[in-house]
Amino acid sequence: MTDSSRPAISAVGVRKSFGDNVVLDGVDLEVARGTVFALLGPNGAGKTTMVRILATLIDPDAGEVRIAGHDLRREPDAVRDAIGVTGQFSAVDDLLTGRENLALMADLHHLAREERRRIDDLLARFALDDAADRLVMTYSGGMRRRLDLAMTLIGAPEVIFLDEPSTGLDPRSRRTVWEIVRGLVRDGTTVFLTTQYLEEADQLADRVAILDGGRLVAQGRAAELKARIPGGRIELRLADGATLAAAAAALGRPVPEGDDLTLQIPTDGNVTTLRGVLRTLDDAELDVVDLAVHTPDLDDVFLELTR
Amino acid sequence: MTASHALRDPATMLRRNLRHLQRYPGLSLFPILMPVVFLLLFAYVFGATLGDGIVTGGGRDAYIDFLTPGVLVFALAGAAQIVAISVAKDMTEGIIGRFKTMRIWRPAVLSGHVLGTLLLALVSLGGAIGVALLIGWDPSAGPLDWAAAIGLLVLLALALIWISVALGLVAKSVETASNLPMVMILLPFVSSAFVPTDSMPAGLAWFAEHQPFTPITDTLRALLDGGDAGGSGAAAVVWCVVLTVAGYTWARYLYDRRPAVAR
Repeated sequence: MTDSSRPAISAVGVRKSFGDNVVLDGVDLEVARGTVFALLGPNGAGKTTMVRILATLIDPDAGEVRIAGHDLRREPDAVRDAIGVTGQFSAVDDLLTGRENLALMADLHHLAREERRRIDDLLARFALDDAADRLVMTYSGGMRRRLDLAMTLIGAPEVIFLDEPSTGLDPRSRRTVWEIVRGLVRDGTTVFLTTQYLEEADQLADRVAILDGGRLVAQGRAAELKARIPGGRIELRLADGATLAAAAAALGRPVPEGDDLTLQIPTDGNVTTLRGVLRTLDDAELDVVDLAVHTPDLDDVFLELTR
Repeated sequence: MTASHALRDPATMLRRNLRHLQRYPGLSLFPILMPVVFLLLFAYVFGATLGDGIVTGGGRDAYIDFLTPGVLVFALAGAAQIVAISVAKDMTEGIIGRFKTMRIWRPAVLSGHVLGTLLLALVSLGGAIGVALLIGWDPSAGPLDWAAAIGLLVLLALALIWISVALGLVAKSVETASNLPMVMILLPFVSSAFVPTDSMPAGLAWFAEHQPFTPITDTLRALLDGGDAGGSGAAAVVWCVVLTVAGYTWARYLYDRRPAVAR
């Protein structure tokens, strides 16, 4: 195998139980170098456990894992040299300044003097230069997360693990984090991220895998996953129950149960279908309060596959 | 892992912990001030009465001589308590997870805490010795006795600090970590640190004579103020070594086993 074709991460048959609780039940995955891989899954699906195994924090009960070409069990230190990890809970030191946090990481990576210039580069790149000499306990959530990422990057890792990188961030900070991830991948870094935000996976990931009940229930490009589930729908909201029943009858749909006055009509999303629906409602002289055309997104894939 | 990691990583962690102590005076001033407060309290409030009980007609001056070695031992228990809190704080935050995913010399994190606390303990001892001399403590020790006394104090500090590190790791929260080492603070009171053990009721006296703080205080007293340690020197050193090895082994086990931020 040539160096460039070796995957950044390969995992085969990874299992982990805590007592009787099987958290990972045979997970296989492969992440190509220089790509973004997103692991999606509901709470408790085992995403964080998977990251903790790949990041050498806990040992799997079974399975073969290689990261950057190194075996996780036999060469954990070589793996640690190749990776950077930003966990769900910020791993910054509150009683140090931003610059001191980065200097601490530089010391622990035994960086040479010229490599230590990265400290100032990273502070500038993550818009932390103004706050560099303030204690981290005064930082906002977004600043902490950016510092956390900067600390992960100072060792110039080949493979980066991001466990729910934008949880708890406001939309602007989230976009900043996304820009950072895109920049890393441009520079050839491999990124493995877990997220509950499907939009995040859609935006960033080359490949997406969905973990549910300890198994991967789907894996592929976001577009491939979306193509696997039933198409979109037109959602009509109507003024009252009688109108809803009449509209359902006119369109040949069953009357939906429940209180929300919404009628869903499956569609492949083309305009002719939509025009037909509107004409039918017009002919029946029924008023529509609200109309939405819903095309399938990763939310649908997720809900379809993890129920 | 290379030898340079084994030297540089604990030094890096020590610098981190010294910054913490400097920026968290609420935590680091306590072990420096507490021995001084106890020294003054015991010398001036209880001293005149207690001194008469130790040397007939001895009064406050006799008690200050008796008290000072006890306060030094007590000071170390106070300083060691701090490390449980800082270790527990580290363990409940994400930063340990980061350290564990880096190629760092494995014992560096805990060693940094231990070295930082040891320096704090030495400062605390210096403060207590200075105040004791100011209020009339008159040690008879020569340079060799002083060297031996400081050696014993460092041994005891290491023992108490490693045990406190383990208590900090065993605690599920910072609050628990600040309470667990309370036993170490209380034990000197049930030893020869503040009053002779033969003045206690039989059961308590038996306990006091068989717990580590009594032979350690007696040895220190013999070294600093002359007199007979009564064979307690060997017991003092053995206690310190046994407690250090136990605390270190327990702490390493807990550190390797405990998952970083288990939430």
